[in-house]
Amino acid sequence: MPTHESDTLKTESLWSILLTFLKVGAFTFGGGYAILPVIQQEVVERRKWVSPACFSDILIITQGMPGQLALNSAIQIGIRLRGTVGGLVAALGVTTPSVVILLAIAAFFYPLFRDNIYVQAVFYGLRPAIVALIATAAIKMGRDILHGWIGIILCAVLLAIAIITRIHPIVVLLAGGLAGLAVCRRQYN
Amino acid sequence: MLSILLLLYWTFLKIGLFTIGGGYAMIPLMEAEVINSHNWLSPAEFLDIIAVAEMTPGPVSINAATFIGYRLAGVTGSLITTLGVITPSLVLLLLFSRLLNKLIHNPRAESFINGLRSALVALILLASFNLGQTAIIDIPTALIFTALLIVSLLRPVSPLYFIAAGAILGLLLFPY
Repeated sequence: MPTHESDTLKTESLWSILLTFLKVGAFTFGGGYAILPVIQQEVVERRKWVSPACFSDILIITQGMPGQLALNSAIQIGIRLRGTVGGLVAALGVTTPSVVILLAIAAFFYPLFRDNIYVQAVFYGLRPAIVALIATAAIKMGRDILHGWIGIILCAVLLAIAIITRIHPIVVLLAGGLAGLAVCRRQYN
Repeated sequence: MLSILLLLYWTFLKIGLFTIGGGYAMIPLMEAEVINSHNWLSPAEFLDIIAVAEMTPGPVSINAATFIGYRLAGVTGSLITTLGVITPSLVLLLLFSRLLNKLIHNPRAESFINGLRSALVALILLASFNLGQTAIIDIPTALIFTALLIVSLLRPVSPLYFIAAGAILGLLLFPY
């Protein structure tokens, strides 16, 4: 039997799991790092579905595994509450608003307004803003992650390899992971 | 039609599988797959879609996957790309939850992920440089980029401010 609190399955109705994550998906702007605090507020503080300690366990897994942050944490909370079905329902909740809203935009609004001069002006300004957003994300991530010269050198070498060879990003990611393993092994031995 | 749907599913499955740590990790992968490998979108269209995905609620990569899927294969395409990008999360968490719990606290897995994150920093930097060549085309766009970069490095700024500032400055500075 599970003894740790975070292993206990609580019984919440699937309906309230679905509604909670529909709300999170429909009303939270700004992507993963903006969504996580909202999920925390909703499931830890308001509904007390999981304890703060349990939520930080969830966050560790969320950030170390593949996938979207909001989706990963939603699925884990759903599993804690109602097992596999709960996980699926939470995933459905957090994903559905995106699909509905983006389909409406892609199918109706984007074709309607794409050729409008003011919409073009907006996107003319949005493109460099998005590039600034991506560059900032890289620089901030670098500041948080690259501790010490080994990380910085690894990053610089991989950047050079990626620029020169134009190999697929997946190969660069795996190379980085293997280099991380190799560095760590040398430190332990 | 079936073959494009399978290709879309496989492509977005790969994007989902290698988006580790969320956030902007999916940008270099989407760029490589959607622009470079398959020529499905131009860099400008890609940036427009990321902008729309940022200004709408919900996870950015799911938003982007839906939009790109619709552009390429209609409503079915959008469902397929979304399913593809969320499949790795669903499979890993629903089937391998326990294994994942152990793995995440394993020091080797930790150092693998640390190395992978160093690679991610390099890849996202490179993606911003590549996409910048499409976005930064004249003095106003260079100004928008530089101003937003400087402001956001000095203090934490929500992505929504980037969107609002970009849109307003675009309206003001566009060479009509």
